[in-house]
Amino acid sequence: MYKSWWKIAAVLLLIYTVIAGFLGPVPKLQLLGETIRNLYFHVCMWFAMMILFTVSVVNAIRYLRGFQLKYDIYSRHYAIMAIVLGILGYSTGAIWAAFTWADPNSSILDNFKTIARDPKLIGAAIALLVYFAYLILRDSIQDIDKKARISAVYNIFAYAILFPSIWILPRILPSLHPGNEDNPALDVKNDISGNMRIVFYPAVIGWTLLAVWITTLKIRLTLLKEKKMMP
Amino acid sequence: MRHIFTLLKKDLLLEIRQQYSFYGILLYIGATIFVLYNALEEPDSKVWNGLFWVIQLFICINAVAKSFLQESRGRMLYFYSIASPADFVLAKLIFNSVLMLVMSLLSLLLFTLFLGNPMQKAGEFIGLVLLGGWSLSLVFTFLAAIAAKAQQNAAIMAVLGFPIIIPQLLLLMRLSSAAFAPLLTIPLSSVLLLIALDAMIVLMAIILFPFLWKD
Repeated sequence: MYKSWWKIAAVLLLIYTVIAGFLGPVPKLQLLGETIRNLYFHVCMWFAMMILFTVSVVNAIRYLRGFQLKYDIYSRHYAIMAIVLGILGYSTGAIWAAFTWADPNSSILDNFKTIARDPKLIGAAIALLVYFAYLILRDSIQDIDKKARISAVYNIFAYAILFPSIWILPRILPSLHPGNEDNPALDVKNDISGNMRIVFYPAVIGWTLLAVWITTLKIRLTLLKEKKMMP
Repeated sequence: MRHIFTLLKKDLLLEIRQQYSFYGILLYIGATIFVLYNALEEPDSKVWNGLFWVIQLFICINAVAKSFLQESRGRMLYFYSIASPADFVLAKLIFNSVLMLVMSLLSLLLFTLFLGNPMQKAGEFIGLVLLGGWSLSLVFTFLAAIAAKAQQNAAIMAVLGFPIIIPQLLLLMRLSSAAFAPLLTIPLSSVLLLIALDAMIVLMAIILFPFLWKD
């Protein structure tokens, strides 16, 4: 029980996020209206995704330090969960964009074409593509140790190039997305009012904890399966 | 330092002895650009720019892919016993950089011959082409090492490399569109950024290659 406090915390934080997120006070802004509440879901997905990709890379480094297969399994499952979060981030973003950026007078295809060019969307797409490639690379190698070593190397190499460019690109290319001046996603201090921040921070922690929880379950399942195969 | 030089000399000798691969890349460049020439006449500078960098990307994959695939298992074992991994990967990086610089200049020449010359600032653009070719060759050299270890063909290199290279390509395309417009200046900060990224790639290659190469 003493080890599961963070799972309880995750549930409580998410209950709080949903209740306070849908009922709490938000600033009434033109254009955004009530869609501003999507902040508690959409932005948190990206935060959690970045955190989980980072955890995945840390585990890849830990694997290369001691060559324990356990860390390779961690690394893989954290990457998969981060991809799921990225896809969720895209879908919540699409809903949000449909109410704010999309031009109701032109067709869906035209809207997609203009919106998809946004550098932040490109950055997120690159992150997902890199980790899809990571999964393909893993599956293409048969030998277990070799698979673990090579994919850990690719994981670290890709991460090291990917994240600087995700943080730099939006500062160079023009964008519609909030947080344009000097920040890749949004400027928490200036863009979010105080009322929203007291929901936003717990929401980020809650979603991240939930993602970690799901991942640990999958890791346990895989470790048990491995044990069964190699008694 | 001497080791790197010796390894470089070995790569150069191999290239001279087995000239088919070098001519193969030349033919690849010529044929691709000739197909483009037949497909469209006098593209405007935006199209020219996009096509040029995409072709650079494909040339790079073809030129660099063989660098690790050509080494057989036995030969790798031999290198393993006489050279350090850092020397080995640095020699490969330098060799591929030089190869790619030559190829970039050649494809630029052919592009201007066949598809017209939209360059307003030729000197700056040539500099960008060299920088771009160098960046591409560094990333793909390391990915070639990964692909060779995974015993895969060049196809997996494209899958692994395209997402990683997009940011640099975007930067390069933006910079070179400034070279096509007489009034725009090329932002120095972006050029420095590209150089910093390249330095980081070299560093990552030196750190990570030892893990790839021992079996």
